[in-house]
Amino acid sequence: MKEIAIVGYQQSDAVSDAGAQNEVELIIPVLSRIFEQVGITNAQDVDFVCSGSCDYLQGAAFAFVLGVDALGAVPPIKESHVEMDAAWALYESVLKIRMGHADSALVYGFGKSSPGELPIVLSQQLDPYYLAPQWVDTISLAAMQARMMLDRGLITERDMAEVVARSRRNALDNPHAQLKGDVTADDILAEETYLSPLRRSDCCPISDGASAMVICTVEKAKAWGKPYAVISGIDHIIESHNPGMRDLTDSVSTRKAAENAGMGKGKVDVAELYAPFSHQELILSRALGLGDDTNINPSGGVLAGNLMMASGLSRIGEVFNRIVAGDAERGVAHTTSGPCLQHNLVAVLDKGEVA
Amino acid sequence: MANLAAVVGIGQTSYTTKRNDVSIAGLVREAAVNALNDADLTWDDIDAVILGKAPDMFEGIIMPEIYLTDALGCNGKPMLRVHTAGSVGGSTALVAASHVQSGTFDRVLTVSFEKQSESNAMWALSNPQPFSTHLNAGAGGYFAPIIREYIRRSGAPADVGIKVAVKDRLHGARNPLAHLQLPEISMEEVADSFMLWDPIRYLESCPSSDGACAMVIASEELADKASKPPAWIRGVAMRSEPTMYAGREEVNPQAGRDCAADVYKQAGISDPRKDLDVAEVYVPFSWYEPMWLENLGFAPEGEGWKLTMEGATSLIDGGDIPWNPSGGVLSSNAIGASGMIRFAEAARQVRNDAGDHQVPGAKLALGHAYGGGAQFFAMWVVGAEKA
Repeated sequence: MKEIAIVGYQQSDAVSDAGAQNEVELIIPVLSRIFEQVGITNAQDVDFVCSGSCDYLQGAAFAFVLGVDALGAVPPIKESHVEMDAAWALYESVLKIRMGHADSALVYGFGKSSPGELPIVLSQQLDPYYLAPQWVDTISLAAMQARMMLDRGLITERDMAEVVARSRRNALDNPHAQLKGDVTADDILAEETYLSPLRRSDCCPISDGASAMVICTVEKAKAWGKPYAVISGIDHIIESHNPGMRDLTDSVSTRKAAENAGMGKGKVDVAELYAPFSHQELILSRALGLGDDTNINPSGGVLAGNLMMASGLSRIGEVFNRIVAGDAERGVAHTTSGPCLQHNLVAVLDKGEVA
Repeated sequence: MANLAAVVGIGQTSYTTKRNDVSIAGLVREAAVNALNDADLTWDDIDAVILGKAPDMFEGIIMPEIYLTDALGCNGKPMLRVHTAGSVGGSTALVAASHVQSGTFDRVLTVSFEKQSESNAMWALSNPQPFSTHLNAGAGGYFAPIIREYIRRSGAPADVGIKVAVKDRLHGARNPLAHLQLPEISMEEVADSFMLWDPIRYLESCPSSDGACAMVIASEELADKASKPPAWIRGVAMRSEPTMYAGREEVNPQAGRDCAADVYKQAGISDPRKDLDVAEVYVPFSWYEPMWLENLGFAPEGEGWKLTMEGATSLIDGGDIPWNPSGGVLSSNAIGASGMIRFAEAARQVRNDAGDHQVPGAKLALGHAYGGGAQFFAMWVVGAEKA
């Protein structure tokens, strides 16, 4: 199968409230920077464009339509959209390149979550007949999951606090992070609980922003003369929607997707995991079998800033950044969707040859 | 080059105003099971599921693929959700095809649906946005001025739209799944129906339907062994342009022309009217037939209406290039599914499996979908033969 490379990644700062900026205004600066990074002019210079967004964050049907305004789509372009995190837009683009209908693709995701009450909004992605009418919000579902882990002795509250503290410290080196600080687990444990057993710090913040990536065939990456990382594997799997039908303390689909993506074929220097709640990072790192030799969420992860519909793509972008910076040779990126880690995508990235 | 892939199973629900007898999960499952039965396959034979629908606000469920995974037998498999406005049913079929054409999967299920009765599409389309013009017009109000401009430019007689409305409903009367069953419809009846958005009358508009459509798409190796004749995918194309920009051609959009040129090139089509046997084209308002006849190269610019008036697009009149023998969007409009229905009906024709609306001997067919402000296009060409 054709080898596909990542040649560019950019993201906006994760901010708690982007104010009067609309979605196009969030996207345009990120696209300008990625065009500069890759050395192209606009979306006309790639063969395919795919984006991820969610109408309900914008509060209007067709959130992505205005996104096209950010692209310079005159003359018309080959373009598609997923109502999912942009990591799945990347997946669609990978298929497009593999089938030979594109050599390069621009992928972007964006979300402005601040105007609404995100946990309540997302309750409306649950089963509309049995769960959504109860308005079970995302934090309550995650709290239930954390409680199951604690009750089974799989984790302690201190383990969760350690995840948060590491995220805050790692985020000190991430210029785009929303939450950062020289914080210890004791500081976190001193906080009162929010939705027991979760403290506010166990939950990712609500953020506005966008991220973008350019991928292409390895031949094209060499022709462009840009440093690149190779997507050596990518797979995703969804599980039952009914929270009573699966073991919420494990992530079977993450483990299987990682196997399918070939994660086990070599050592993993760095991992970026989409864990909106601290205990979920523990579920994910255990499902992936990550040990002390893997640097987990060096960006701070989404606990440091969660760009809805773009955070999954950002995990892949963060691993790309570390590989092209020479900090890592091989890494794994994870994305999730749905309540309590229902749907998971895993990508394995390897260092490319020197351009 | 893309790997060869083919449609090996097609399933639809019947289309109607309210499917109160099933949940949303029940609706999509009905179409999916029909497709699996048509392909003589079971859930275990499917490697991935690709779901499409129009805006989530049409039902009031955010990212319904998350909830529909159980109903679509997808637990433990990949699930992808496509959303590209009204073209989504077509785009979803193309994304599903890419799962196989890329060599990544051997056999996938694709489903698209709309259960319009769960909410109100007109409301969902009319939420005001900060700093944006608030149209509050729905789709018909948006397209009516563009149609008037077409009439002005082409000098088409006033009854072209009426003719299309009658033709597609007579086609629909031959399709037991079609929402509108109007075998007695006449030009007078359409002309006398009330004016909604001048020049679009009530009977020149699509209905509001519940329904779902599904297809199984398989690799060449598996399609060669299929129990029924496959519809080979001979070309796939998508194009997008912004809703508004200075100098935009809204009557005959560049994105549609480019998309058609791309898909014809892949399928080896030089003269679409001559080379294609049948077309299923997204015509939600009657006048879009002559407009798309020109946009898709079946007629020179300004002359699409002549094909309509000559009966060239009518199966019943024995026209040389029947358009929408299934009755089209004018007979059934489950919005998110409407594009996929066009793609699936094109495949039914080349499988010689279209029942009473079969175009005799059809070997090569176009499936077409558009969306947004006539700015998103998805097309495929399917054939009875591999090349």
